[in-house]
Amino acid sequence: MANPSAVCNGHLHHHHQKQNNLLKSGIYKKNGITKGTKKNGVSNGTLYKKTFIEHFEQAPMYVAVLTFLGFGVGTIFGYLRDFMRAWGLEKRNVAAEREQQKDFVPLYQDFENFYTRNLYMRIRDNWNRPICSVPGPQFDLMERVTDDYNWTFRFTGRTIKNVINMGSYNYLGFAETDVNALKTVTIELQKYGTGICSTRQEMGTLDKHVELEKLVANFLGVEDAMVFGMGFATNSMNIPALVGKGCLILSDELNHTSLILGARLSGATIRIFKHNNMQSLEKLLRDAIIYGQPRSRRAWRKIIILVEGIYSMEGSIVRLPEIVSLKKKYKAYLYLDEAHSIGAVGATGRGVVEYFGMSPDDVDVLMGTFTKSFGAAGGYIAGKKDLVDFLRTHSHSAVYATSMCPAVAEQIIRAMKCLMGLDGTTQGLQRVRQLGKNTRYFRRRLHEMGFIIYGNDDSPVVPLLLYMPGKIGAFARRMLEKNIGVVVVGFPATPITESRARFCVSAAHTREMLDTVLNALDELGDFLQLKYSRYSKSSHPELYEETRLEFED
Amino acid sequence: MDIKSMKNYLYWLYCQFELITCSYLMEPWEKLLFYTFNITMLVMVLYAAYIFVPVHVSTAFQFFLHLVGNQRENTVSILK
Repeated sequence: MANPSAVCNGHLHHHHQKQNNLLKSGIYKKNGITKGTKKNGVSNGTLYKKTFIEHFEQAPMYVAVLTFLGFGVGTIFGYLRDFMRAWGLEKRNVAAEREQQKDFVPLYQDFENFYTRNLYMRIRDNWNRPICSVPGPQFDLMERVTDDYNWTFRFTGRTIKNVINMGSYNYLGFAETDVNALKTVTIELQKYGTGICSTRQEMGTLDKHVELEKLVANFLGVEDAMVFGMGFATNSMNIPALVGKGCLILSDELNHTSLILGARLSGATIRIFKHNNMQSLEKLLRDAIIYGQPRSRRAWRKIIILVEGIYSMEGSIVRLPEIVSLKKKYKAYLYLDEAHSIGAVGATGRGVVEYFGMSPDDVDVLMGTFTKSFGAAGGYIAGKKDLVDFLRTHSHSAVYATSMCPAVAEQIIRAMKCLMGLDGTTQGLQRVRQLGKNTRYFRRRLHEMGFIIYGNDDSPVVPLLLYMPGKIGAFARRMLEKNIGVVVVGFPATPITESRARFCVSAAHTREMLDTVLNALDELGDFLQLKYSRYSKSSHPELYEETRLEFED
Repeated sequence: MDIKSMKNYLYWLYCQFELITCSYLMEPWEKLLFYTFNITMLVMVLYAAYIFVPVHVSTAFQFFLHLVGNQRENTVSILK
């Protein structure tokens, strides 16, 4: 990679400086590989075996001002429309109580949905678009139009064919309909049918589940694993089984809703540390151990740290080596949610643990989902045999939720065997390599063009910052006109000034598809003025093409 | 040709204005209301500027001229 520090901004600069005060290298074992001195200062290479570069560039000040201006105008018009609706000057399209119930306690809290009613509704046609094909690298969309400004839609009956898919979590391209690939899945479907009609603890454990669990444990390099039918439910139903009252949960600021829900359901005390910020985490750990529980000052029964492998809104990768060293020092437990990182990072696709070159024994609870990289549905929890045996009896999901469908389990088995090379081909490894290449190419080109991209250079989730609310709708619609499907996100899923378009690079994308997307982005970036970055490399990237080929894998 | 590119540029500027102020999202009657309000405000500000700025500038100019003028008279009297 040519000169990475040119693209790093002040935030990362700060991080490195602070971390060197923290990592007193005497405590941690060196692994003999040190990086050369970087421009930012002293290297922290004792824990990280390769460069860890993340970008969180801030846009110029005028962008924030204009974003607030846009939201201000939107809010004023929202109040105007609400006033007109309340006084009967305009038809009310939201849910309302019946006339007979007007004196009751209100059922629909009108003001809380202010934002949904007045801003989201205007650009609602960019979400919930129904698709009618497999979500591979290209897909078909059902065309729909609206007559009353997005309150209702109707389908015209036509389909938009071969839209390039930059939104599906299809990192390794296993969402495919190739008959040869799905042969075993078809056989299992005809053998077992589709329904299980039972939970794991009653009569829902099939030999397929046992086979899958052994395979997952083998894949991750741990003692045992357990699979569940739904990824979200894996988090929300199992965290309450692991922690309870009197325990402490230290959760990252930007954790997914499933982790937050599981943490709240458990009844433990939750404390939040700043996103990927090890100083904040260490301070919380020290305070927890020194001061204990709030009123009784007793020691906490358990301290567990909840983090994710790749954060899907930021594209950042967790700082696993530092967290593991912290957890060992302060004797806490670590729960790692690898929903987006399993299969997507690491030399052979085994997730962030492999990406950092660490051993899976360092992480106490490894959790992941099969929805993203394996083209199936469901989640798993893996770790020591005692842990998994405990979960088999105490997890809500095992007791009450229906177990995984056998055809889906077979899809995961064949995808995992392909990844591990057990089917006799190198297709799995090729897919992982192709994903890495696509990710690096896509991110590099976007940086060169001058867009602000968040996240780690190796993460296949690429958020492109749009900032202004008007541009969210314009961006998504114009990309669809160019036959490219993207996912845009705004407030409240992201901070109010940082709305973004999120691209998910896939191993199934060919270079031509990525080039089409990049050219469209270039054009659209110029038209919508999205190129806010102050660090774009040059305006003539083709001059550097030859020299850069030397650094490509 | 120049007129065409000029028109395209103006259209592009109008699009930027629409995007930044969220008038891209508004229904036509809302846009009408918004633009009317903006243009009214702008016209009022320009009109006020047209009426008051020359008067203020000339007053200020006279004030400074008066100061400088007095100076010259004083130096001339000393010289004499």
